[in-house]
Amino acid sequence: MTRVRAKLKLAGLLLLVSAFGLHADPAQRIVSAGGSITEIIYALGQEHRLVARDSTSNHPPQVAALPNIGYVRRLSAEGLLSVSPDLILAEEGAGPPETLEVLAETHIPFVSIPMGHDRAAVVAKIKAVAKALDVPEEGEALAQRVGGAIDAATAHSELADQRVLFVLAMQGGRVLAAGQDTAAQGIIELAGATNAVEGFQGYKPLGDEAIITAAPDVILLMDSGRQVSLTDEEVLKHPAIAATPAGQNAKLLRMDGMLLLGFSVRTGQAISDLAAGLRGANG
Amino acid sequence: MQLDCAAPMADQTADGMTIDGDRSVTARRLSWVLIVVLSVVVLTGLATGSAGTSLWQALIDMAQGQDLSLRDRVVLLDIRAPRVIMGCFVGAALAVSGAVLQGLFRNPLADPGIVGVSAGASLGAVGAIVLGGTLTVAAGLVTWLVPIAAFLGAWITTMLLYRVATRRGRTSVATMLLAGIALTALAMALTGILVYVADDAQLRDFTFWSMGSLAGSSWSKIIVAAPLILIPLMLSPFLALGLNGLALGEAAAGHIGIRVQHLKTCAILVVAASTGAAVAVSGGIGFVGIVVPHLLRLASGPDHKYLLVNSALLGAALLVLADLISRMIIAPSELPIGIVTAVIGAPFFLWILLRQRGIVDL
Repeated sequence: MTRVRAKLKLAGLLLLVSAFGLHADPAQRIVSAGGSITEIIYALGQEHRLVARDSTSNHPPQVAALPNIGYVRRLSAEGLLSVSPDLILAEEGAGPPETLEVLAETHIPFVSIPMGHDRAAVVAKIKAVAKALDVPEEGEALAQRVGGAIDAATAHSELADQRVLFVLAMQGGRVLAAGQDTAAQGIIELAGATNAVEGFQGYKPLGDEAIITAAPDVILLMDSGRQVSLTDEEVLKHPAIAATPAGQNAKLLRMDGMLLLGFSVRTGQAISDLAAGLRGANG
Repeated sequence: MQLDCAAPMADQTADGMTIDGDRSVTARRLSWVLIVVLSVVVLTGLATGSAGTSLWQALIDMAQGQDLSLRDRVVLLDIRAPRVIMGCFVGAALAVSGAVLQGLFRNPLADPGIVGVSAGASLGAVGAIVLGGTLTVAAGLVTWLVPIAAFLGAWITTMLLYRVATRRGRTSVATMLLAGIALTALAMALTGILVYVADDAQLRDFTFWSMGSLAGSSWSKIIVAAPLILIPLMLSPFLALGLNGLALGEAAAGHIGIRVQHLKTCAILVVAASTGAAVAVSGGIGFVGIVVPHLLRLASGPDHKYLLVNSALLGAALLVLADLISRMIIAPSELPIGIVTAVIGAPFFLWILLRQRGIVDL
């Protein structure tokens, strides 16, 4: 009896091996947990291998048709298993750790993709995704193309005197601004301009006097595309903002959030868009 | 805000033989019904999930001596089973604690939040989330940081409150209520400071924590939480007689031979340990502690002898069911369970209340 079963198992194994060839077959059911990773997978032309994505993946638009596994830091173990992935690509910081522990038991390959807010980080990210997808040549080419686009966009931007205030949100007149170590600061600096805010990390509410001290030349806002939650008038009539050069000259700049802060394949475009916007706002 | 807990006592003293309004038979029957309901819910919880693994197929395979596939084993044994068991523990702990506190405070609005458990646990959790990154802990300890901090936060707050309210060996329930408000405000302010210094990701983590989830359940967490939850739950029936007596008022309870201070101490220890542990492993899950005891009082009367046991059964069934909904409704993603308990439970509770008063007739 056991012999028969062993033979059957062997036969099944041979069938599998012959079906996929003798080398280790590359993953065909990939879950992407991170908007920037999803963009890279599409840019690599590997979207046919994608079976699910997280809630931050919203570009390109057709990604919305894939099952949503939830927020990248709140992944559900059974939800992930339900799409039967053979590879999970996740942004650094994906979690929670409990889910990762359970996933480790299933031996489904889980690749953590490093994040960062500069050119090197974008290139490293693309190469890491391409390696995990087993398309290193395409990855190399894409990394070169994207790196080139970033270089081209940063080369001729001379906006160092431009102080930019990135406003994430305004709630009840409180300005939530980008400080150090944020994607917003990263893209502002790549565009050659200066973050108007100094002295704190992350996104924090900024006091009225601090806004006036920051003296931004331009206010940068995120445009989610669907809902305009924050109107120009609302921003400009804020008493502290109105007292800054940006407020007096009504210099507001809006850009798509994922394009601006994603640090992925479109970052070159984001930089040139931002630089062009700043130049336009400047002139 | 005197609760109608006094009813059975009054009835029993009024008549020796046939007690008018005695609903103990109903309550006993209800216990059996709830045991059946809980069993059904637990089995459904084990059998259902977005991964589609079939419990029955797995049982048949195992009976035939076949090995489960790795995926099925992980789904059934490492994901669903711990969640369902943890759901039972947490639901029972929250519901019983609610019932005990409502009896102790003789106030139908009492829930574990009233003794500082929720605020203390929140403070502990946000502290671990925000400051945990600066600590260098062993990798295996990362998943334990938040639960341990939340439990300590809950326990310390409750014990502090108990100390504040106790003078010359007597605990004043009124002082406890008022001091509880002050301590909660203080804990919330400290939470606010930590929220302010938190970065984006930590803020998200804390928001999700405060909406509750059973997704982090694991066997190791069950082993740690089980004694903290089960021992108090098993001791709680011994409080029933005292809580029934307390419904008459503290002085009267003392006169009929109830050791009131002893009762208060035990009740608070039971609540602090079981709810502290429940909140630590599951985050903030509101509503269960208030609604479950109320539903049961409406159905089978306020006698704590049955109320506590039935609360444990109904609380467990309700939470396992809510968890089932939370993981199925937007699969493969998950809704925080606190949202499910509130969205489904609150209107249902309102409907029961209105129907009871004859406003809605359905």
